[in-house]
Amino acid sequence: MYDSTSTRVLRGTLIGLGLLLAALFFLFPIYWLVLASFKTKAEVISPTPLHLGMFTPHLDNFRDIFGLSSGQTEAGTPREYLGRLINSIIIAGGSTVAAVLLGTLTAWAMARFRIPGKSDIMFYILSTRMLPPVVIIIPVFLMYTRLGLTQSHFGLALLYTTINLPFVVWMMKGFFDEIPHEYEDAAMLDGYPRLQAFFKVTLPNAWPGIAATAVFCLIVAWNEYTFAFILNSDPVAQTVPSFIASKSQTSAGINWGVIAAMSTVFVLPVFIFTFLVRNHLLRGVTFGAVRR
Amino acid sequence: MADLTHSQALAREVAAEERPAAVRTWNPSDGMLAFLFTLPTMALLIAIGVFPLIWSLYLSFTRYSVAKNVAPVWIGLQNYQRVLGNEDIWAVFVTTAKYVVMAVGAEFLLGFGVALLLNRAFPGRGLLTTLLLLPMMLSPVIAASFWKLMYEPEWGALNFYIKDLGFRPIEWLANQKISLISLAIVDAWQWTPFMLLISLAGLSAVPRYLYEAAEVDQASGWFKFRHITLPMVWPLLLIALIFRTMDAVRVFEYPRIMTADAEATQTIATRLYHYAFPEFNTGLSTAFAYIVLVMIIAMTNIYVRYLVRATSR
Repeated sequence: MYDSTSTRVLRGTLIGLGLLLAALFFLFPIYWLVLASFKTKAEVISPTPLHLGMFTPHLDNFRDIFGLSSGQTEAGTPREYLGRLINSIIIAGGSTVAAVLLGTLTAWAMARFRIPGKSDIMFYILSTRMLPPVVIIIPVFLMYTRLGLTQSHFGLALLYTTINLPFVVWMMKGFFDEIPHEYEDAAMLDGYPRLQAFFKVTLPNAWPGIAATAVFCLIVAWNEYTFAFILNSDPVAQTVPSFIASKSQTSAGINWGVIAAMSTVFVLPVFIFTFLVRNHLLRGVTFGAVRR
Repeated sequence: MADLTHSQALAREVAAEERPAAVRTWNPSDGMLAFLFTLPTMALLIAIGVFPLIWSLYLSFTRYSVAKNVAPVWIGLQNYQRVLGNEDIWAVFVTTAKYVVMAVGAEFLLGFGVALLLNRAFPGRGLLTTLLLLPMMLSPVIAASFWKLMYEPEWGALNFYIKDLGFRPIEWLANQKISLISLAIVDAWQWTPFMLLISLAGLSAVPRYLYEAAEVDQASGWFKFRHITLPMVWPLLLIALIFRTMDAVRVFEYPRIMTADAEATQTIATRLYHYAFPEFNTGLSTAFAYIVLVMIIAMTNIYVRYLVRATSR
């Protein structure tokens, strides 16, 4: 308010510079990997970094990973990647539907009814989420081996459902708390039974919340590595993260162009979903605890 | 409704889920609904969250390996003694602690710093914020491969620009003295956005009039920051800090993928993984897991108590 013009200009410049540096740090790796997916093997390891416009982009890496090139390629057998992508879609999609369905019902019950020990139940639900994967992976692995649930879509999807359930319950309880219960009461005064009031009145109002919650579940299941790596190592139900990890761990002669293309295809839906839920991000990362 | 037996209710509920039309004829009491809607969630959390934990508690007192077809043999506290008496384990705790301090410290300073810069109106602010938040939405596996590409010692982009500026190239992942820092940088890259997001929320919640009042009193920028901004934002920052600490303690993907768990970057999680899987030392690994679990529970308790208080405001 009392600053002179020159201080204001200086401050503006410094702020701009700071933001530019931040953008460079956070976005350069993404830019660099996406760019690498359009390069040949030689272009990726060029001693001078090749930026946009310094090489001719080509789509061979993408053709290779989708098995559209003829014969054996450096991306492995044709459709190897495509199979993992389908596994990821089935497992992430299936677990999201299950978690959102079960969790939304629980959340509604928690938001609307008097339940003895409700805060203890909510606490318990949340605490299961806080367990580090490496601690529960050993017993889960033993149990899954006995039940024959390793190397299967169902087994991993069941696990992801369990992982996402606490999140759905907490998020959706937050959303249901925001929908006035008077709407439901009014519908019940009109003669609707409770359950119908829920389906006819509350649920339609909760759709934006459900959609945002589902997107977060989808991203968590889509990105998960530890359980997928230990439980589903066989091609039959392997997901993309553990596939890419195994590809990028081979020490000699990694074809980075191919790995970059696989990663780019894999993160594209995440980018799109992030933009779709950008206004709910804060809520999503804090289990609905912090609302704007 | 009261004379409806449990199994009847369950059968009806199954029918209701299969045919939505059946909902119209089925009018359960509120108590029944609450019970039925909570049951599947609780059952799943107990079956996959709690039951395996109880089983592994038993195994932690036995000599047992999944790889061998021999029944567990009760050996009392021996596994716990072996874990706590093993110097390697303490080294792993120290490595993890160093990693957490470096990574979370950097995330806190960077995240809050960038949030202070972003906390003003300018064109393109929304888009820039969303772009800066992208890294935290990606799989840690992808983050690890981004950075492995950047860190490549011979032809990596990072070393090229370092040489360009006249410095000596760095063996980011191969040098034992540097590799842990390199991993902490990746952690900071991926999770600073989390701190940024929460800091922004905190900053936008500070009432304008506090600053206006301070300006009337001709308070300095530092005074406003120290006595208005920081106290108002601190509770939220604390949530974020605890959240990040708990996540960083369990880091697994970065060392696994980027350094193949080399000694200098061996964390609690990767050590645990090695006991449990390649070495199939199931009894010992479950004991180790329980020690870690107790530590995590202590930390979680502090955190959840805080979170519950924040939500019930």
